[in-house]
Amino acid sequence: MEAAAGGGCGSGPPLLLSEGEQQCYSELFARCAAAGAAGGGPGSGPPEAARAVPSAATAAAGPVADLFRASQLPAETLHQITELCGAKRVGYFGPTQFYIALKLIAAAQSGLPVRIESIKCELPLPRFLMSKTDAEIRFGNPTELHGTKVQIPYLITEKNTFKRMDDEDKQQETQSPTMSPLASPPSSPPHYQRVPLSHAYGKLRSNTEQMHPAPYEARQPLVQPEGPSSGAPGTKPPRHQASLIRSFSVEREPQDNNSNYPDEPWRITEEQREYYVNQFRSLQPDPSSFISGSVAKNFFTKSKLSIPELSYIWELSDADCDGALTLPEFCAAFHLIVARKNGYPLPEGLPPTLQTEYLQAAFPKPKRECALFDSYSESMPANQQPRDLNRMEKLSVKDMADFPVPTQDVTSDDKQGLKSTVDEALPKDVSEDPATSKDSNSLKARPRSRSYSSTSIEEAMKRGEDPPTPPPRPQKTHSRASSLDLNKVFQPSVPATKSGLLPPPPALPPRPCPSQISHLRVNSKRSAQRRPPTQLPNYGDFRLQKQSEQAPEAEIHPQLNRAPSQAAESSPAKKDIPYSQPPSKPIRRKFRPENPATENQDTSTAVGGPATAAAVKPHAAVQKQSSKQKKAIQTAIRKNKEANAVLARLNSELQQQLKEVHQERIALENQLEQLRPVTVL
Amino acid sequence: MNYPLYIRSAPTENELKFHYMVHTSLDVVDEKISAMGKALVDQRELYLGLLYPTEDYKVYGYVTNSKVKFVMVVDSSNTALRDNEIRSMFRKLHNSYTDVMCNPFYNPGDRIQSRAFDSMVTSMMIQVC
Repeated sequence: MEAAAGGGCGSGPPLLLSEGEQQCYSELFARCAAAGAAGGGPGSGPPEAARAVPSAATAAAGPVADLFRASQLPAETLHQITELCGAKRVGYFGPTQFYIALKLIAAAQSGLPVRIESIKCELPLPRFLMSKTDAEIRFGNPTELHGTKVQIPYLITEKNTFKRMDDEDKQQETQSPTMSPLASPPSSPPHYQRVPLSHAYGKLRSNTEQMHPAPYEARQPLVQPEGPSSGAPGTKPPRHQASLIRSFSVEREPQDNNSNYPDEPWRITEEQREYYVNQFRSLQPDPSSFISGSVAKNFFTKSKLSIPELSYIWELSDADCDGALTLPEFCAAFHLIVARKNGYPLPEGLPPTLQTEYLQAAFPKPKRECALFDSYSESMPANQQPRDLNRMEKLSVKDMADFPVPTQDVTSDDKQGLKSTVDEALPKDVSEDPATSKDSNSLKARPRSRSYSSTSIEEAMKRGEDPPTPPPRPQKTHSRASSLDLNKVFQPSVPATKSGLLPPPPALPPRPCPSQISHLRVNSKRSAQRRPPTQLPNYGDFRLQKQSEQAPEAEIHPQLNRAPSQAAESSPAKKDIPYSQPPSKPIRRKFRPENPATENQDTSTAVGGPATAAAVKPHAAVQKQSSKQKKAIQTAIRKNKEANAVLARLNSELQQQLKEVHQERIALENQLEQLRPVTVL
Repeated sequence: MNYPLYIRSAPTENELKFHYMVHTSLDVVDEKISAMGKALVDQRELYLGLLYPTEDYKVYGYVTNSKVKFVMVVDSSNTALRDNEIRSMFRKLHNSYTDVMCNPFYNPGDRIQSRAFDSMVTSMMIQVC
């Protein structure tokens, strides 16, 4: 799994292997691994194991030791080599270590000092005198000194994989030469992928931690004391922050302290673990509790994996099939997603390193401080309030490259569910209406969201988070006392500024409003003042009913004010008339027909300039109330009269029909009499 | 309405015939469900037993409380299969089905694509055949 050879030689300490060396080394590794029965390729391990055994096996110490001894180097040298290659450090011979060791052996055999720098040079193949004949044959061929480095395929692949991780390719490319020491056999493309994994992950590691990013860089910790490879780590930290923030595809660091090498891609490193735990906590404050299925579904759907894949990952990770994810299960699922995003095919079964018991044993719950996650902790407040879900979404937006701004349909549910309970004052457009049903579902599913406070939403909005869809009207029925039809009226789209209109005064039926208006107009005529904006609520409903919802009150005001003021101006003497005939003034169409034509003409002709459209003085309010009542009575009387008229008409029509029916009946009876031949005696 | 969430035949020839048999047996299942009476819904046993025998095959039915029907067609010549074995097979099917349901990414009504479910069914069929 060793990434292919890096770009150039000399910049960092890359380990370049020629083709011959690659083949040789991989063969050796395969032999050692097979000989050591180091579990080449676990059943659940990455399928790459099937393709290239060396990559998926740990070379057992026994065969490796034999091999090294066969190189006929002094024991001290071998010890040195072992140490340098990093096997001592990691505790086993992974491919990286093995290859480095082989290279060092070659260097030693060539007479070069056993040091990391030696590896930089092109070296003959190490020579081993082994009992196995093929080994002799193979190792006895020191003449391969191909200058060709397998750079291109690796870089290309690396680019592809890096693109996937959404990091700057350039940075990665420049970094890759320094970070990809080993050249793997070109025939194993999946291994290429693994390099980006570790490289990307290496970038994510913090400066302070200085854990070796990859087996390839196993040297680096050793080298760091020596100081040669300071360049590479130096470049890492600045990128780290950025990539950490950006990249959701955290790749686990292979072989940190792991003994089970074959499960390398399925092993969760400490940093990854921390990250997963933090994400878990953002979804579910209690680390010992679990995440419900719907919450997890929403979260994982952001990863943009296909639903069948997510379904399969869930199937793998939810070991107890209870529809909820405990922390280990969550980490396993997250890890699988991460791996999948980076190109690893999903395993057939849950790898042992991802199983619950293993995870619980390997990583005790107490979290560790990690400078890494400063960026997360910033955006994830310590208070594990449900609004973390909102922040988690923002976090995911910001932090997860592979979880870009969540798709509308996915997060709209989240956001709506989260904000719906808050945003009664922020009704949005009609398009949200279908989402309200989703809201109810999401509300049920996530009761935590109900505790959202409006402040958090506003903060979130102020932060510039871009909610995919604005929260819809949360409830179809207001808790406040208001008529339902008014809700519907307001629901379609009432800008927040009209929030004042939301509760129309229940005490005032719509009808009196026009009378109020007229009365107010009367007052305004007298005072030539505008209506106070407080009149708005009174007129809100009918105005909306009449006009488009966008119609600001201002339009109405001028109109209303215009009319009365004009009328006032034109006919100050008609004060009483307007007063007694309130319906004349209001724009309300119902009352228009009843208005005396004169009044209308006056108003219509006089409509030319808004003239005095000042707000009515507050003192008008007092008079308004008494006039309100009168208007109410008058309008009621009018209504009743109309109803009476209608009913009377109806009555007359029905009477008419009744008469006709009677007549028909009589006629029919006559006919019957005539037709009956003999009358009954 | 009545569409298969999951259908599988062991010998893959004549698959259509099996599909047809399963489909027609749905009517029998519905009949049995309704025949048990509305009052007995709670006590209704999930295992319906032999739905109807044909000359070659026996068809067993099982219905869950959510009206999801499991139909099993076995060869009549397979006399080794006893009733309680059939019951246990249905129970395993039911358990696997609930596991599928627990997956939040599974939408009820979708075809079942769970690998665990597949493997369970495969193992059962191998065991029987």
